[in-house]
This record gives sequence, structure tokens and C-alpha cells, in this order.
Amino acid sequence: MEHSVQEVTFHHEPGGNEVVKKIIKTTVILSVITVIELGLGLAMYAFPMADALKLFLKGAIVILSLAKAFYIVGVFMHLGDEIKNLIMTIVVPLLLFIWFIAAFLWDGASWRNLRNTYNGAPAAAPTEQHDSGKH
Amino acid sequence: MATAQAQMETKWWNGGRSPFNVEYGKLMMWYFLMSDAFTFGAFLISYGTIRFSQNYWPDPNVVFNAFPFAGHANLPLAFVSLMTFILIVSSVTMVLAVHAGHNMDKKGVVKWMIWTIIGGLAFLGCQAWEWTHLITGDHLVLMDGQVKELGTTVSMNPWGPAANVTGHEGHHVSTPGPVAFGGYFFGITGFHGFHVFSGVIINIVMLVMAMNGTFERRGHYLMIEKAGLYWHFVDLVWVFVFLCFYLI
Repeated sequence: MEHSVQEVTFHHEPGGNEVVKKIIKTTVILSVITVIELGLGLAMYAFPMADALKLFLKGAIVILSLAKAFYIVGVFMHLGDEIKNLIMTIVVPLLLFIWFIAAFLWDGASWRNLRNTYNGAPAAAPTEQHDSGKH
Repeated sequence: MATAQAQMETKWWNGGRSPFNVEYGKLMMWYFLMSDAFTFGAFLISYGTIRFSQNYWPDPNVVFNAFPFAGHANLPLAFVSLMTFILIVSSVTMVLAVHAGHNMDKKGVVKWMIWTIIGGLAFLGCQAWEWTHLITGDHLVLMDGQVKELGTTVSMNPWGPAANVTGHEGHHVSTPGPVAFGGYFFGITGFHGFHVFSGVIINIVMLVMAMNGTFERRGHYLMIEKAGLYWHFVDLVWVFVFLCFYLI
């Protein structure tokens, strides 16, 4: 295991207080984003709104979550401090998710349309319940 | 930026050094996490496919509205927010442990690892409570012409559309919802919880090794960094579980 120490040619981060400051800053960013997400999620519950607006808010929450992922991977996991070739071997394969998500959600929606068309299922979705009921 | 300049001029692929400037184990941890991301991704995408194929899906604000010791108060998403913050904070204490390791500060590593382990255990405790509440919590469901009290399991989803009858004392009565809800919820949060559990075990091993001075003798705390990568990944996955099951 001796050689493994020498392999590390450059230090990945300075050792001083700047690092702690960066960690605290990232923590604040993550917490604020989470609070905003919760606010949007509760707003969808508290106020009746059009489906299009709901979809827009859900999209906003997804983008905020991706921002959180970026900060966790980039700062907490220090991927941002690695050399570019290493970053690319991690990030490029993850691009597969773009197809993965699009194809399978599309598939699910198509499944629903086919069932509704040919199985005689109800045309309109039932309204969502708002009473929490008995526990 | 002298380091960046030096990195540019280094001939990484001429041999004699790691071309990615990281130790072997750390690089392999990254690739393991990438493959694990695809495992979780496949689970969550499969959940999305089934959800998109249904005309009705339960509203998470209605399902997850309980808080320990709060009785029947309607507190949507409050408990799961607490769980999210516990995991974020334990991720922060893990970064601080890694940072202490860079400075060869054994005391700091031990202190922050203990806090990280406490955070992980707190999260697992919360999850145990949430599961118990969902499984044992009774809801009025109209089944086979009768109103029954049922909990959420992998074969029963009492959170379906409203039934056109009223329970005793005017309580809300539902029809059964899509069965897949319970299976996906318990399956995916369970798989994540298992990752948290193994992360806690790994962190305990790291804590014991740090306390014994193993890393000090080795001259570096790279093992803490690798355990840290795994722990942050668990937090990262929770961001998406939280998104898919509770927020949207």
C-alpha cells in the first residue's frame, strides 16, 4: 500500500479555513433549496390550481433537486476538484438516464392511453381526496 | 491556480503515476457508485412508468401527514422533511470528518464520525417509525360492499379515490388505490434504508480504525474519504427518493 500515497500527485483541496467556509455555504444552499421545494410541494396541496400550473411547479421541483445533486456531488464528494478526465468517465455514462427516463415514462403514458381506449376505463381521472380520513 | 497550470503540463499517461490522480480504491468507489446510481435509477424509473400508466395515484401530502406524538394532526410532509434534514446534516458532518482527515487531525475525525453515525441511526429510527405507521395505520376502505379498516402494505393500498359512502362519525371512506404504491414505496425506501444501514456499519468500522490509530500509522485518511463518498451517495439518492415519493 506504500505506493498508493505517492500516486497522489496534487492535493485535492487546500487545508485551510476556506474549505470549512465552502462546506457551510453549501449546507446553507442545500437547506434553502429543500425549504423552497417543501414550500412548492405544500402549495400544490393547500391551494387548488390548474393541472398545467401543477405540472410547472413539479418541473421546478425537479430542477431544484438536480441543483441539490450538483452541489452534493461537486462539493461534498469533491468531484469538482478531480481532474477532467475522471469527471467525464463518471458524468458521460450518466447521460444514459436522459433516454432511460424519457423512454419509460413515455411507455407508461402510452400504456394508460391504450387501456383507457380499449378497456372501457373511466374517461376522466377521479378527483384526488383531500380529507386525510381516519387513522 | 498554479496547481491547475501544473496539472495542464503534467503528462498523465506517461506511466509512473495514476492518470486520474486518485488512489485505486477511490476510483473504484466512484465506479461502484455510478453503477449503484443506475440500480436506484432503474427502480425509480420503473415506479415512474407504473405511475404514468395509472389514471389515479395517491397524493403524498395526504398519505404522509403524520408526526410522532402529534396524534391525528394533519402535518403533510413535516416528518419526511425532518428526515431529509437529518440526512443533510449527517452528510455535512461526514465532509467535516474527511476534512479533519486531510489535516491528519485524529480527534476531529473521531468526533465528526461519531456525529455522522448518530445522524444515520436517527434517520433509520425515523424510517422505522414511518413504515410502522403506514403498515399499522388503519384507513376506511370500501371493499366488496363493506367498509373495512386497512393499512398500507405491498398488497393493499387504502389511498384510492373517494368512495360514495360515508363512514361512522362522517369519516372519509376510500376505494382501494393502485396496489403498486405500497410495493414501490416499501421496496425503494427499503433499498435506500439498507444502504443507510450498511453505511452506518462502514462508518462504525472507520471510527474504530481511526480510534485505534490505524490511519495515523498509515499516514493518510483515504479510507475515510472512500467511506465518505459512499455516505454522500446515500444522501444523494435520498434527494431523488424524496423528490419522487413525497414532493411530486
